[in-house]
Amino acid sequence: MSAVAVIVATPLIGAAVLALVPGHRLGARLNIGFSAVTLLASLVLFALEPSSGALFVVDAFNIYLIALTAFVGLTTSVFSAGYIAHEIAVGKLDERKLRFYHAMYQAFMFTMLLALSANNLGVMWVAVEGATLTTVLMVSLYRTAASIEAAWKYFILCGVGIALALFGTILMYMAAQPVMGPGMAAMTWTELMVHVAKISPAILNLAFVFLLIGYGTKVGLAPLHAWLPDAHAEGPTPISAVLSGLLLNVALYAVLRFKMLLAANGQAIAPGPLMIAMGLASLLLAGLMLYRRRDVKRFFAYSSIEHMGIITFAFGMGGPLANFAGLLHMAMHSLTKSAIFYAVGHAVQVTGTQRIERISGLTVSHPALGWGLLAGVVAIAGLPPFGVFMSEFLLVTSTFAREPLLALPLVAGILVAFGALVLRVQQLCFGAPGTVEGSGVPVASVPLQGTLVPLYAHLALVLVAGVWLPGPLVAWFQTVAALLG
Amino acid sequence: MSDLGYDAAHMLGAVVLLMSFALLYQRRLFSLLNVFTMQALALTATAAWQAYSHGEPHLYITALLTLVLKAILIPVALHRIIVKMKIHRTIEPALGIGLTMVAGVSLVTLSILLVLPVTADATALTRENLALSLSVVLLGLLMMISRRNAVSQVVGFMSIENGLILAAVGAAGMPLVVEMSVAFSVMVAFIIFGIFLFHIRERFDTLDMQKIESFRGESD
Repeated sequence: MSAVAVIVATPLIGAAVLALVPGHRLGARLNIGFSAVTLLASLVLFALEPSSGALFVVDAFNIYLIALTAFVGLTTSVFSAGYIAHEIAVGKLDERKLRFYHAMYQAFMFTMLLALSANNLGVMWVAVEGATLTTVLMVSLYRTAASIEAAWKYFILCGVGIALALFGTILMYMAAQPVMGPGMAAMTWTELMVHVAKISPAILNLAFVFLLIGYGTKVGLAPLHAWLPDAHAEGPTPISAVLSGLLLNVALYAVLRFKMLLAANGQAIAPGPLMIAMGLASLLLAGLMLYRRRDVKRFFAYSSIEHMGIITFAFGMGGPLANFAGLLHMAMHSLTKSAIFYAVGHAVQVTGTQRIERISGLTVSHPALGWGLLAGVVAIAGLPPFGVFMSEFLLVTSTFAREPLLALPLVAGILVAFGALVLRVQQLCFGAPGTVEGSGVPVASVPLQGTLVPLYAHLALVLVAGVWLPGPLVAWFQTVAALLG
Repeated sequence: MSDLGYDAAHMLGAVVLLMSFALLYQRRLFSLLNVFTMQALALTATAAWQAYSHGEPHLYITALLTLVLKAILIPVALHRIIVKMKIHRTIEPALGIGLTMVAGVSLVTLSILLVLPVTADATALTRENLALSLSVVLLGLLMMISRRNAVSQVVGFMSIENGLILAAVGAAGMPLVVEMSVAFSVMVAFIIFGIFLFHIRERFDTLDMQKIESFRGESD
C-alpha cells in the first residue's frame, strides 16, 4: 500500500474508531495517536519519488501542504486534549458531545488530506464539501444560540459556494471532454495538465470564474467572507485553529490547481486581475475591521481574512518571486495563526471571557503563555526575524519592482492591520492582570491546563523559516512557482 | 441524435426551469414543496431520457436517486417537519408574480448571454442544456436571497442542486462518481439541515431567520 493511501486511510479509520470509543481521555489520546501516524506517513512521502495514479497525485505542490496539514493536525490534537479537559471540568461539554467531536476531528483531517492528494477534480470537490459538513457540525458543538447562528450562516454561505464550485467543475469537464473524450481522463489533474493546451479557452474562463467564487467563499475572500469570523468565534478553539490553519489553505490550493490549468493553457484569460482585486479587497476590509473587534477570536479571524487576502494577491501577481512569496506565506500563516489560536484558547480558558478589554496582563499572570502570544502576534504582524516577514518582504519588494501602483494599497493594508495588532496585543499581554469573569478570583491564581508545547513548536518553526529555509523546500517552491505562471 | 431526442431533452430541461420560476412566488410552504416535487420529477425524467437517448445506463441511477430522494423522501420529511412545528399556515413574503417574471427572465437572459458565446464549438444540446441549468442555479440563488424562512431556504438550496444535476446529466459521459456524490451530498446536507431546523426550533421557537440573525455573536 502506498504512503498516500496510509495518509488518507488513517484518519478515516480514526474517525470510525473514535466514534465508538467512550471516555474523553482515551478519545483524546487516540486522537493524538491517529494524528501522529498520519504525520509519520506523510514524512515518508519525502523519501519517495513523486508519483501519480488514478486516485492520488503527489507532486512538489501538494507534498509540503500534506506534511503541513498532518503536522498542524497533530499539534492541534495535542492542544485539543488539554482544551477539552478544561471544557469538561467547567461543564461546557459532555462525554457524548466529545465522542462526536473526536470522530468529526479525524473525519475533517480525512477530508483535508483527501482534497490535497486527490488526482481527480470530482473527488477533490467531494472532499471539500465533506470538510464543510464536518466543520459545520463542530462549530455548532456548544449548541448556544450564537454557535447555531454561526454554523447556520457558515453552512448556507459555504453551501452556495460549494454549489458554484461544482458548477465550475462540471464546466471544466465540458471544456475538456471534446478534446479528451468522455470518461475519467477529463477529470484527472495529471491528464488535464498534459492536454490543457488544446482545450478551448472560452469555457475554461467561465469555469474558472465559478471556481474562484465557489472555492473563494471557503478561502474567506471578500465579499464572501461573512461566515468566517462567526465560525471562528463560536466553535471550540481547536476548530478555530484548524479552520484558519488548514481549511483556508486547502480551499486556496483548489483555486491554485485550476489557476495552473489556465496558466498551462496559455490562451485563457489571465486570472491575475481577478485575484488581485479580491485579495486587496479582503486585505483592506479585514485590516479596517480589525479595529472594531471586541471578541479576541473574532479579532484573529479577521486577521486570517487579511492574510488570505495577501496570499491571493501574491498569486494574482504571479511570476516566480510573488508566487514563491505566496507559497511561503501560506505555510507561515498556517503555522503562526494556529499557534495564536492555541494561545488564545488558553487565555480564554484562564480568564473566562473572549472580550478583549476583559483580558489583560497575560505576561504577568502567565508569563509563558503571555510571551508566547506576544511572539505569535509579532510574527503575524510581519516583523523580523519571523518567517511571515520574509514572505511579506518578498511580496512587497517584487510588487514595487513590477507594479508600484498596486504596491501602495498592499502596503497600506499591511500597515493598517499592523496598527490594530499592536494596539490589541498591548491590551492582551501587558498591564495589570484582572479577575476571572463572573468571579472575584485573580487570573494569576488560575493554573494553566494542558501544555504549551504546540504553541512553542509552531513559533520555533516560524522563527527557523525566517532565518534559514532548507534547500529542498526552496527548490519545491521554485518548481511550483514556475508552474503557477 | 434524432430530432425527437433533441426536442424531448430540451422540453424536459425547460420544465425544470419553469418550476424554478414557479418556486419563486409560492407563499405557502406546502405549495412550495409541491412545486419542488414537480421540479424533481421533471429532473428525473430528464436524467432518464438522457440515459435512454445517449445509451448511458449509469444515468438511470441518477434518475432513480433523484426520484427517491428529492421527489419522495425529502418532500415527505419536510412536510412532516412543517406540520410538527405548526408553521403550515405561515404566509411568507415572496416576490410577486410580476417581479418574479422580470427578475427570472433577466437572469435567464444573463445566463444565455454568458453561456452561448463561450460554447461555440459544443453541440447545440450541450449549449442549451448548460444555459438552462445555469438559469436554474441563478434562480435558486435568487430564492435563497429573497426568502427569510429556513424551510424555503432549504428548498432554494436544493433547487440549486437540481440545476447542478441538470448540468451534469447534460455533459456527455460525465463519470458517475460525481453524480453519485451530488445525490449523496444532498442527502447529507438535508440531514444536517434537518438537525439545524430542530435546534433552531428548540432555541428560538421560530423559524424566522430574521429573528435568528439578530443574535449577533458580538454585542457591539
